[in-house]
Amino acid sequence: MTTETEVKPVMILQAINTALADAMADDDRIVVLGEDVADPEEGGVVGVTRGLSTRFGDSRVRSTPISEQAIVGAAIGASLVGWKPVAEIMLMNFTTVAMDMIINHAAKLRFMSGGQTHVPITIRTMTGTGFSSGGQHCDYLEAWFAHTAGIKVVAPSNPQDAYGLLRSCIDDPDPCIFIENLPSYWQSGAPAETGHRVPLGQARIVQPGSDVTVVTYSRMVNEAIGAVASLGDSVSVELIDLRTIAPWDRQTVLESASKTGRVLIVHEAVTPFGVGAEIAATLHHELFGQLKKPVERLGGAFCPVPFSKPLEDAFAPNAERIAAAITALMKD
Amino acid sequence: MPSPHAPGNDVLLDIYRRVALMKGNDERSRKVIMTGRLVMPYYSYRGQEIIPAAMSANLRDDDYICTIYRGIHDMLAKGMPLNDLWAEIAGRVDGTCKGKGGPMHLTYPKKGIMVTTGIVGSSMPIANGLAWGAQMDGSDRVSVAYFGDGASNIGAFHESLNLASVWKLPVIFVCQNNLYGEHTTYEKATASKRIADRAVAYDMPGVRVNGNDADEMYAAAKEAVERARSGGGPTLIEAMTFRFHGHVFGDADGYMDKAQKAAAIENDPVPRLRQLVLDRGAATEAELLAIEADVETALDSAVEFALASPFPTVDDLKSDVFAEAAA
Repeated sequence: MTTETEVKPVMILQAINTALADAMADDDRIVVLGEDVADPEEGGVVGVTRGLSTRFGDSRVRSTPISEQAIVGAAIGASLVGWKPVAEIMLMNFTTVAMDMIINHAAKLRFMSGGQTHVPITIRTMTGTGFSSGGQHCDYLEAWFAHTAGIKVVAPSNPQDAYGLLRSCIDDPDPCIFIENLPSYWQSGAPAETGHRVPLGQARIVQPGSDVTVVTYSRMVNEAIGAVASLGDSVSVELIDLRTIAPWDRQTVLESASKTGRVLIVHEAVTPFGVGAEIAATLHHELFGQLKKPVERLGGAFCPVPFSKPLEDAFAPNAERIAAAITALMKD
Repeated sequence: MPSPHAPGNDVLLDIYRRVALMKGNDERSRKVIMTGRLVMPYYSYRGQEIIPAAMSANLRDDDYICTIYRGIHDMLAKGMPLNDLWAEIAGRVDGTCKGKGGPMHLTYPKKGIMVTTGIVGSSMPIANGLAWGAQMDGSDRVSVAYFGDGASNIGAFHESLNLASVWKLPVIFVCQNNLYGEHTTYEKATASKRIADRAVAYDMPGVRVNGNDADEMYAAAKEAVERARSGGGPTLIEAMTFRFHGHVFGDADGYMDKAQKAAAIENDPVPRLRQLVLDRGAATEAELLAIEADVETALDSAVEFALASPFPTVDDLKSDVFAEAAA
């Protein structure tokens, strides 16, 4: 962007709010529902949807009872008859209450109906460690959804991508899970241009490099940027922000891995059976014999997210641990 | 003398036509499975026919239904074509879902048959969404959620009734209380004496009717559909009925009370409705025989059509997962 220096940075929270507002202004079939989303309820617990009901009316922005099955069911039903609902499930852990609607219905109706119906809904949900939320308010459950045929899973790491990915999710004719990182809501960056789209399934090379590929998404992108900075010129890292987890950009990751031969996958979700396992299996299968080291994974500890601050800090990867993992990969 | 709310003769005959089709279809389904020509999980609805027939006599093609795995009668009542139905339950490409859904996921949006779920209780949250869509459209379409007595004990029932009432959605919750949830009796599973009473908790009208009585069922359906259509919000109808067969085809139904079952079959609602049609002069015996013969002919040709239709090819495995073709 040529005018980048003059443009006021925006927070991720604002970018999401603007994406919703722009989408609603462009298409009057887009409606928003969820707990506390309307302005009398302050536009959500952190205000992501603030201003929308005032601008677009109560019938298009509806606060709901605390009823996750009813929320997703209402979104599914309305989507079957021409509406494009954006449902907010306040926290990712609360999606567990609506799993039947998401997994058995939203994901499968296109297939089970032989293509007669489809479910163009977006489910926005926030999560992430860092605020001492304990075991039921900050899990990353993206692998559960990515494991289900029929759902797309998206996790932005900056304001531009948050805007562009959310617009693409809303445009998409199939159900999308849009994962927002709670502690990053107030992180600032360059704003997206109005109408900007980030195609689903397309990763972004944050910085090119030749020694090690780091593949990550969501808040861990910023931790990885910190790690790379701390390593200085000692190692050349190619950092990839997946942006879309399902379907993931195999081509970009494979090309990078075949160049560097060393890959570290980082996510905040627990390591076992996580997204990293799928990527690692693919890399080993496709690049067997070309890799210089086995693919390394760095994820959350395999325990519920703890409350106590030192334990919570020890749970998730951070810049320091990512840097250590990169250094370890460089040893012969 | 029929009550003033009873259906007129034309409507009564219309209800019987639908019921005759359902009864014939159930009997044919069991026969075809028994002879080994079809393999599928089959949940017989025999005994429950009058409920959706009387509901559908009040519905238009553009009204929506969401039903469940034991819901083929609900779909036939709403206008699912026999050929599409049979090709689907045979898993063939000419099926309404190209063979990908099967008997538990039949879908036919052209007649408002939007979702069939294999998950107990899940018809209700989605029926709400269909009703919400109609409400936002400013249309007078209504949405019907069919479910069984067992589903009234799952959380989705309570979430859905609450939301429907808060949002005044044009939805009718039709509980077909056949006294068994899978193998377990109503009394063992359900604390409420009457499911209709649960409507009180959600500030909506709730009514228990004899779902096997065409007059009663029709009157309740008419009132609920009119309420929904005119913006009056949701209704819970508990339609009392009985399931003549076990939970799933092939189960020996040893858990069912034999005397209760025998009495219910003795009191089969379909021949009783047939007699009512004759008594009221809605049709002659010859006309009814012709209707029933037409059902058999249509079934002959639907079964033949289905079994002659090709199976999907393996290429179809990954289509319809997403809008775009699979990689």
